[in-house]
Amino acid sequence: MNKHLLSAADLSRDDAELVLRTAEEMRSLADRPIKKLPALRGRTVVNLFFEDSTRTRISFEAAAKRLSADVINFSAKGSSLSKGESLKDTALTLEAMGCDAVVIRHGASGAPHRLANSGWVRASVVNAGDGTHEHPTQALLDAFTMWRHLGARNGGTLDGRRIAIVGDVLHSRVARSNALLLHTLGAEVTLVAPPTLFPVGVESWPVETSYDLDGVLPKADAVMMLRVQRERMSGGFFPTAREYSRRYGLDGRRMATLQDHTIVMHPGPMVRGMEITADVADSDRSVIVEQVTNGVAVRMAVLYLLLGGSEPAIATDGADA
Amino acid sequence: MSTYLITGARVLGGEATDLLIRDGVIVTGESDADAEVVDATGLVALPGLVDLHTHLREPGREDAETVLTGTQAAAMGGFTAVHAMANTDPVADTAGVVEQVWRLGREGGYCDVYPVGAVTVGLAGQQLAELGAMADSAARVRVFSDDGHCVSDAVLMRRALEYVKAFDGVVAQHAQEPRLTEGAQMNEGELSGRLGLAGWPAVAEEAVIARDCLLAAHVGSRLHVCHVSTAGSVELIRQAKASGWNVTAEVTPHHLLLTDELAASYDPVYKVNPPLRTAADTEALRAGLADGTIDIVATDHAPHPHEDKDCEWAAAAFGMLGLETALSVVQETMVDPGLLTWADVADRMSYAPARIGRVADHGRPLEDGAPANVVLYDPSVRRVVEAAESVSLSRNTPYAGVELPGRVVATFLHGKPTVLDGKLC
Repeated sequence: MNKHLLSAADLSRDDAELVLRTAEEMRSLADRPIKKLPALRGRTVVNLFFEDSTRTRISFEAAAKRLSADVINFSAKGSSLSKGESLKDTALTLEAMGCDAVVIRHGASGAPHRLANSGWVRASVVNAGDGTHEHPTQALLDAFTMWRHLGARNGGTLDGRRIAIVGDVLHSRVARSNALLLHTLGAEVTLVAPPTLFPVGVESWPVETSYDLDGVLPKADAVMMLRVQRERMSGGFFPTAREYSRRYGLDGRRMATLQDHTIVMHPGPMVRGMEITADVADSDRSVIVEQVTNGVAVRMAVLYLLLGGSEPAIATDGADA
Repeated sequence: MSTYLITGARVLGGEATDLLIRDGVIVTGESDADAEVVDATGLVALPGLVDLHTHLREPGREDAETVLTGTQAAAMGGFTAVHAMANTDPVADTAGVVEQVWRLGREGGYCDVYPVGAVTVGLAGQQLAELGAMADSAARVRVFSDDGHCVSDAVLMRRALEYVKAFDGVVAQHAQEPRLTEGAQMNEGELSGRLGLAGWPAVAEEAVIARDCLLAAHVGSRLHVCHVSTAGSVELIRQAKASGWNVTAEVTPHHLLLTDELAASYDPVYKVNPPLRTAADTEALRAGLADGTIDIVATDHAPHPHEDKDCEWAAAAFGMLGLETALSVVQETMVDPGLLTWADVADRMSYAPARIGRVADHGRPLEDGAPANVVLYDPSVRRVVEAAESVSLSRNTPYAGVELPGRVVATFLHGKPTVLDGKLC
């Protein structure tokens, strides 16, 4: 593993599989009465959130605390960040206080790269979502969820599994990171969106693309629906929310065309009735809630591996961890 | 006034010859025993360079650059005349502001400063500024531009093109269709999609250039296109010229040398407007400059204080320094590969920009009786650019740590050295 996790492209197949295996170990912890490991005792993890994101921040916070790290939450509201302090000065402050990892969520694409590469901090930097660029731990938790559901009957890998990612690819950091990571893991990704919501140059990505959701669904092993943000609805990317739902929403009728084993995913937060109907979100195929659980395990694995965990996180000889 | 004898200089890269500078003019075929000798053996002598596109930032942003420091940087780059863009604070949209900038240039004495007048009041694109008053002022403005903003309203652009005919002015357009570039951060292409940075598509430049060429032809006026950055723009200008329309164009050194791949670092020193484009675009720009489709090199020197670049990409200001490195970049991209001779460089960086800007005292061949605006340049050396060595107040050079050929050894402005031995006088 590199020192930082900035992009899903930073991960080799070996790296990614190490994260998944480590996450599996971490997840087993959830079934124990005491859900805590001493692995990062004495280490400090800062959650530096320039954008509101309760679920991602809580997930990282839970992950760090279950590894016994000290956690400092630094969010834009009610802090110097809302008073115009620069990213650089914030970083220098954190550096002066001493921290081992910075988990950053920022509205500007590339902000985590700046933090990692500008010499402002020495800590490991974890990208928790930057602008319309990437969200690598989301991709890891999605891959982990797919791997748990689809890997068992596929030799323990995602090789050749068909993953459909549907919605606002243009503005989605989740789609970018998933496309890169799932390709690394051997899956075949098809992005589905109206032409206005594909980025220029998507043909050079290691994915298939389609404008036709109905044509893609019957072949998919997993279907991931992306959120369509309200502001896109007025941006002229598609005529109306109703037309979007009709052409690109996942409803009961479309769900019926899926294979029996196909799972339905969503990175959250969902807009029920827009890209996904309530009956689909709440169906047996939906693994949306499990994604949240897996998110904690995957982030534990990432923090553990980045902060120097070279030995198994959980002792395998039966000794107390 | 001192007399200088420049010995052994290769005028426009030709045979070694001596040039006597006396009373602010060039004297050939004479010597003067009392003259101060400047040994120019091996150096190329060019007419003082003329920049049609410089941001001097004063008034308003004296933390980034002043007329004095900007013209000092220009002198270090071999320039003897610069056109100061209008996007200052207050905007150079009145006779008062342009006269102030012009006077600051004269007081500094490092370059002749020709203020560019704003086309519209406050660069707001709503109402024509008092173009005639600026033309009639002591600054004698002939170039008008809302640079930084596009005059996107077709009627307003038509009126501006028509109106400046009364005083032989030219409208220098920053070609950027605003709606197609809302929030744009870098060249739109495969890389912008991958980096998650909002794209600035080539068509947003080309659509405006096409429209403006048609407008200029329709009203029979002069159009100048600022910082052409795409292969498609070069082709449009080539067609306009073939049609006999009065259209000129500039390319910046950075668009000749640098490509959008640099944005992958997310280092905002590479953030500029129009953005760095692809290798295919730089190739088309070089070819266009070589065949004369693009008339001139203009720096778009855009100083910014450190804090406006030492931040995340989206928060950073657009623009990069250019004056001190322009000639080296032109040597690297055009002269060394054999696309331009030194005589061509004199045309693209001195004669032609002076002609477009209607500047009488600059852009003249180094002949007997011409104003002694001269640069002596050593093309044989190579140097690694150090940001800290810049005489600009700002440090946002994209060439820091890059090895470039050539060095300006001396610059003379009206017979007086502004740079000698590579150092500011």
